[in-house]
Amino acid sequence: MSVGEWEALINVVLLGLLLVVTFGIIRLRNLFGVVMLAGIYSLLMAMVFTLLDAVDVAFTEAAVGAGVSTILSLGTLALIDSRREKIPFRFQFTPMLVALVTGAVLLWGMQDMPDVGAAGTPTQVHVAPYYIERTPVEIDVPNIVTAVLASYRGFDTLGEVTVIFTAGIGVMMLLSSMPVIGARRRRRRNGDDQGNDT
Amino acid sequence: MIEHLVPRILAKLLIPFILLFGLYVQFHGDFGPGGGFQAGVIFAAGIILYALIYGLDRARRVVTPGLVSFLVAFGLLIYAGVGVATLLLGAEFLNYSALDSHDPVHGQHLGILIIEFGVGVTVAAVMITIFYQFAGRLQVTRELESDEADDEDEEEMTGSPQ
Repeated sequence: MSVGEWEALINVVLLGLLLVVTFGIIRLRNLFGVVMLAGIYSLLMAMVFTLLDAVDVAFTEAAVGAGVSTILSLGTLALIDSRREKIPFRFQFTPMLVALVTGAVLLWGMQDMPDVGAAGTPTQVHVAPYYIERTPVEIDVPNIVTAVLASYRGFDTLGEVTVIFTAGIGVMMLLSSMPVIGARRRRRRNGDDQGNDT
Repeated sequence: MIEHLVPRILAKLLIPFILLFGLYVQFHGDFGPGGGFQAGVIFAAGIILYALIYGLDRARRVVTPGLVSFLVAFGLLIYAGVGVATLLLGAEFLNYSALDSHDPVHGQHLGILIIEFGVGVTVAAVMITIFYQFAGRLQVTRELESDEADDEDEEEMTGSPQ
């Protein structure tokens, strides 16, 4: 088998696993399991990004998606009582119709999309050649992604950092000022639940 | 705090390397994959692992919440400060070439290094802050619940005549 065939095979396997994990997330009712599957999903996505040569994005996905956000989701589960389960799936006609139509439109729209990595698409011929040509002269760092993010589009990145800053401040204000309520009530309700179940 | 020996020893072995790898990703970002954002998350993950294994209180003693809140704003300030510095040096906002009057390319290197450091500081501090807030809330809730459990025990001890 040639290198290209191997890559295609790995792609198919990874995308197949993504599909399996997605259905697992939909079907599973246990929230702990859902969080774990979401972490696995992120890890698989990181591998897909690596195959697409987007190593920086893969790095971020693995660190944030599979690492920190899994821990934060688990923290949330611990706060809201981890025995809680998702509402069981019930078939409803209208949402299913909307989802199917949207999916069909998206698939239909994909017909016009150029192949992944094809030369001559707007993303490849607009500003990318300028960055590739000028980075060694103007900035001289081997990782062009860093040159684009930090220098050519430094203002955008400043905006992104401001967004992260705002998110941090928001969580700080929300969680530290809210009174802890429901601790006692939750205990009692658990007792009731157990009584009803048995 | 987790009492199991294996996670504790493994964490002790891993945490220095996680922090070191975070620093590597931070300062090697212009040569390989990575940069301030990824480095910040990895560094925060090291601290969070410490807090998970050795308990929130000990982690708060190592990395105090006051320091973390300061760093949340400080990283952004470094980034914006570089922009203001280039303005004062007579160039456009965030045009790092002005940072070195003799060699604009070296100015770019310097600018990227400093702003990536700012990004890393803010991202790490925000991640640690969010974790501290979640974990701290859990701690308060648990304490409240255990207090009430004690109350109920006392009620049982004294016993109701009915």
